[in-house]
Amino acid sequence: MSIHKQKNLRMLAVALLAMGVTMSAAQADDDRDERYGWRLGEKSAGKYGGENRGKPLQPAQTNAKFQKECSDCHIAYAPGLLPAESWRKVMAGLDKHFGTDASLDAQDNKEITAFLVNNASNRWSAPTAPLKITETAWFKRKHDAREINPAVWKNPLVKSPANCAACHPQAERGDFSERNIKMPK
Amino acid sequence: MFRISYILGLVFVAGLAAQPAFAETPNEILASIQKEAAGTPGFQGFSVARGESFFKTKHGGEWSCASCHTENPVALGKHAKTGKVIDPLAPSANAERFTNPKKVDKWFKRNCNDVLNRVCTPQEKGDMLAYLLTVKK
Repeated sequence: MSIHKQKNLRMLAVALLAMGVTMSAAQADDDRDERYGWRLGEKSAGKYGGENRGKPLQPAQTNAKFQKECSDCHIAYAPGLLPAESWRKVMAGLDKHFGTDASLDAQDNKEITAFLVNNASNRWSAPTAPLKITETAWFKRKHDAREINPAVWKNPLVKSPANCAACHPQAERGDFSERNIKMPK
Repeated sequence: MFRISYILGLVFVAGLAAQPAFAETPNEILASIQKEAAGTPGFQGFSVARGESFFKTKHGGEWSCASCHTENPVALGKHAKTGKVIDPLAPSANAERFTNPKKVDKWFKRNCNDVLNRVCTPQEKGDMLAYLLTVKK
């Protein structure tokens, strides 16, 4: 093997290692306070009173109909953000969907409901089923005044706490990791 | 000779595949709305002026069509609630509009319900599409 080739191989190895390190960091920071809570014994009680979003938020295999139909008016909120019963209720009430008619034909509704229910939060143990992601305990804790300056919510670029992508540009892909947060100026 | 026609055939098929898969044209959609409207008593055709005023006026509710699509249907719109950008509605500015009957039905149902709190009549739909077809980019 020539010196030149060896050098190339070494560079490749360094690059691969570096990628590995960044990836594990990306997976880690989202759950930083979870691990902290676990040490305090919160895990047994159910983090966020049992109202925790799922992991992963978005399955590896998404559904084309869900992606298309649910992103006409807003981002397609990842199924893991709510428990199965919430999605059943949302999908059964699409004709009165937060003040607008978002109804689908029966076949599309059935397919999207199945996708949402099958990939709903797998860490939700409370008997609750809120319609709004912003009403879940995990959301409220992650966005309380300790975490987010209340002035942020008044920024016209944010407009509403339902507008995830205002600060989480990768929200559509189910990526809400802290390192990818970008607060609008 | 055989070979040339074979190649020409292939080119033709490839050309077809490259076309966007629009099931219908806006004029075909308008024709099917007209067929529906013709069955209602006193139908005298569609009116561009009536369609324009229908589009820009509120109908007892909070929103008009223009609340989201703007008063200029060749411009980008903005969802009145979520702020999400909406592609232009006029076919002259957006070739995809009014080419998929299922999508047309879906949005007329939703938006008429939001704006009028009822379904739109074939007359109203036809007037509005007739208007949208006259708006030039």
